[in-house]
Amino acid sequence: MLNKLFSFNGGVKPDPNKSASTREPIARLALPPQLVIPLHQHIGGTPRPLVTVGSTVLGGQRIGAPDGNVSSAVHAPTSGRVVAIEPRPMPHASGLSSPAVVIEPDGLDTAIEREPFDWHAAAPGEIRDFLRDAGVVGLGGAVFPSHLKLNPGKSGHTDTLVINGAECEPFITCDDMLMRTEPENILRGALIMQRMLAAKQVLVALEDNKPEAATALKAAARALGNASLEVVVVPTRYPAGGAKQLIRVLTGIEVPHGSRSTDFGVQCFNVATALAVWRALEHGEALTRRIVTVAGNVERPRNFDVAIGTPISHLFAAAGLKPDTDKLIMGGPMMGIPLPNIDAPVVKATNCLLASSPTLFAPPEPELPCIRCGECARACPADLQPFELYWHSRARNFGRAQEYKLFDCIECGCCAYVCPSHIPLVDYYRYAKSEIWARERDKDAADSARERFEFRNWRADREKEEKAAKLAARNAAKPAVKPADGPAPAADVAPAAAEDPKKALIEAAMARARAQKEAVAAKNTDALTPAQKAQIDAAEERRKRASELSGSDAPTE
Amino acid sequence: MITALLVMAGLALVLGATLGAASVLFKTQGDPLVDKIDAILPQTQCGQCGYPGCKPYATAIAGGDADINQCPPGGDEGVRKLADLLGREYKPLNAEHGVEKPKSVAVIDEATCIGCTLCIQACPVDAIVGAAKQMHTIVGDLCTGCELCVPPCPADCIDMVPVTETVESWKWRYPVFELKVQPATLPAKEAA
Ligand code: SF4
Ligand code: SF4
Ligand code: SF4
Ligand code: SF4
Repeated sequence: MLNKLFSFNGGVKPDPNKSASTREPIARLALPPQLVIPLHQHIGGTPRPLVTVGSTVLGGQRIGAPDGNVSSAVHAPTSGRVVAIEPRPMPHASGLSSPAVVIEPDGLDTAIEREPFDWHAAAPGEIRDFLRDAGVVGLGGAVFPSHLKLNPGKSGHTDTLVINGAECEPFITCDDMLMRTEPENILRGALIMQRMLAAKQVLVALEDNKPEAATALKAAARALGNASLEVVVVPTRYPAGGAKQLIRVLTGIEVPHGSRSTDFGVQCFNVATALAVWRALEHGEALTRRIVTVAGNVERPRNFDVAIGTPISHLFAAAGLKPDTDKLIMGGPMMGIPLPNIDAPVVKATNCLLASSPTLFAPPEPELPCIRCGECARACPADLQPFELYWHSRARNFGRAQEYKLFDCIECGCCAYVCPSHIPLVDYYRYAKSEIWARERDKDAADSARERFEFRNWRADREKEEKAAKLAARNAAKPAVKPADGPAPAADVAPAAAEDPKKALIEAAMARARAQKEAVAAKNTDALTPAQKAQIDAAEERRKRASELSGSDAPTE
Repeated sequence: MITALLVMAGLALVLGATLGAASVLFKTQGDPLVDKIDAILPQTQCGQCGYPGCKPYATAIAGGDADINQCPPGGDEGVRKLADLLGREYKPLNAEHGVEKPKSVAVIDEATCIGCTLCIQACPVDAIVGAAKQMHTIVGDLCTGCELCVPPCPADCIDMVPVTETVESWKWRYPVFELKVQPATLPAKEAA
């Protein structure tokens, strides 16, 4: 029994605004005329499409194969026809496009025959592979592939498994409604995770502003009668749902800079992820739907159970978007990202869609200079000094910003919330982080170019040496040939004498031809990554098609 | 006797220290400087600086044979970083060597390519794959955008296409209005 809760530093208490969207139960949203399913919806490699334009798919059919182990599969939410595989606008602050599979549902909603999987008997590695192929990723917003986290690691066991239902951000209620609706299955999923992690205890935590969900979970826990599982109600304070913050509240463990909670025997998952694990293992259901809160400047705020790939406009239409909406946000008001495109699809990371209006969220006040009041540092739940991060990010002094642990910042927005100078602090951190990532990418690219350049130079040198050696061999052979060469008819006069030099000559010529062939043939086609090979194959394919099209006049040289 | 011992011990100490200092000194003057310069250069390997690659240019800078403003792909930021590393005065890019351009990658028009392999031989980083008399193609991730493959192509089928932003490479914008006068003073700090 947990008899003592701890507390994290800082934090704020914004108006929760959660009651509007919890009045009605979760509504299952009808399918839109087109589903746009992005291939890349999680942290890690981009899945390879498994279908082609024109093919028919069934509900739950895998349409994207995970690219390596740090990746996750993507599935069709319903039956229909693939009408396109092309870049489509993403629910991303950039509004840019990424490859997606576009499906036109046939309305029959025929599901694929589910592969039976006996997880009770399966080895942990097999369960992990199964979850990867079922597309189960963290549904709290981070979309990290769950199978990678369901590994007890070297130690072989975990102390505490935390199931996070805190849902501290204003407006968002999808986890709250899920805990009210399916408490038993969430807990069953948690127990499977406990088994996979060999965890001593499971703590299902939620904030004390969700009494209905707490009651439902506690009743379900009693019914399950597992002594190692406990439902813990924590005080409401934003951001209690941050993984590090929640772990600190529950266990008192302060995960220091540069370490992970698993180093301290604690692993944390969102409640919806626990449910997805249960559904995948018990019912063979791939992750193709999720609960999304639609709130803010809408007529009927509500939670919807939607197919992944549903256009966001479809949800706002169902909730009744008010005409004076000036901005759309994916996520909540504290950590959400602006959504430039209303036709972008719902993805696995979409927990909330928030419409903003000038009356709901007053336009930001003009930014004033930092007065170094320290309010931000008092509010920061990550124990950072936000004004220092701001100062160095603003001055583009990224090295210094990193020294002040920029990457420990969880972008919770507490600092900006309390700042009397109305500085959009988080915008500066996001800017600085993406600049640093870009520089790292550039550096990696430069390093690889340097390596390839040096390798090429080394190869050129070696070839030169080989050629020189062959030339020397030929020159050595020549004097012996000359007498035979001089008087032409002399060749048949002394065939025996000419035999040896002739052999040498032919050999030299063949070596020359070989060397030429070697120089001509590309030697850079080996040691390519599968992605590059795929690129090459695709190009060969195009070439073939091009020459087929132009028929006999195709250039043959 | 004791004085003699002390003198000898002292001598040994002084000599040891000199040796140590010398080794440290010689270390900083050797290859590491070339490597440090090379680490700043963009590794495009285009030769616009007048040297056959970034490393030779780095060697020339370290040897005092070349100026620090000859690398167009490195751009203004590169010059500033070099100035900073070498404790030299910043100077604008020397236009004789070319101008800074947005990063591009080469794309081969696969229908026109005659498979002559001339571009493969020109590419300094082996970013082109293909074999004799077969269509060649460029592996976009590896291409540095040096443009060296463009002139040798007899079929004129290689185009330089600017790299577009993707969801992965997109960057959050600087949050305040960019003042036109500011960049001249700000990047100096950034290089620090
Ligand atoms: S709260 Fe705002 S004004 Fe105060 S120190 Fe932090 S950034 Fe500066
Ligand atoms: S956004 Fe970052 S710096 Fe600001 S309070 Fe949150 S964790 Fe601290
Ligand atoms: S100009 Fe710059 S990128 Fe090109 S070879 Fe010289 S140093 Fe390298
Ligand atoms: S493909 Fe062309 S532009 Fe790209 S690195 Fe090779 S030679 Fe340079």
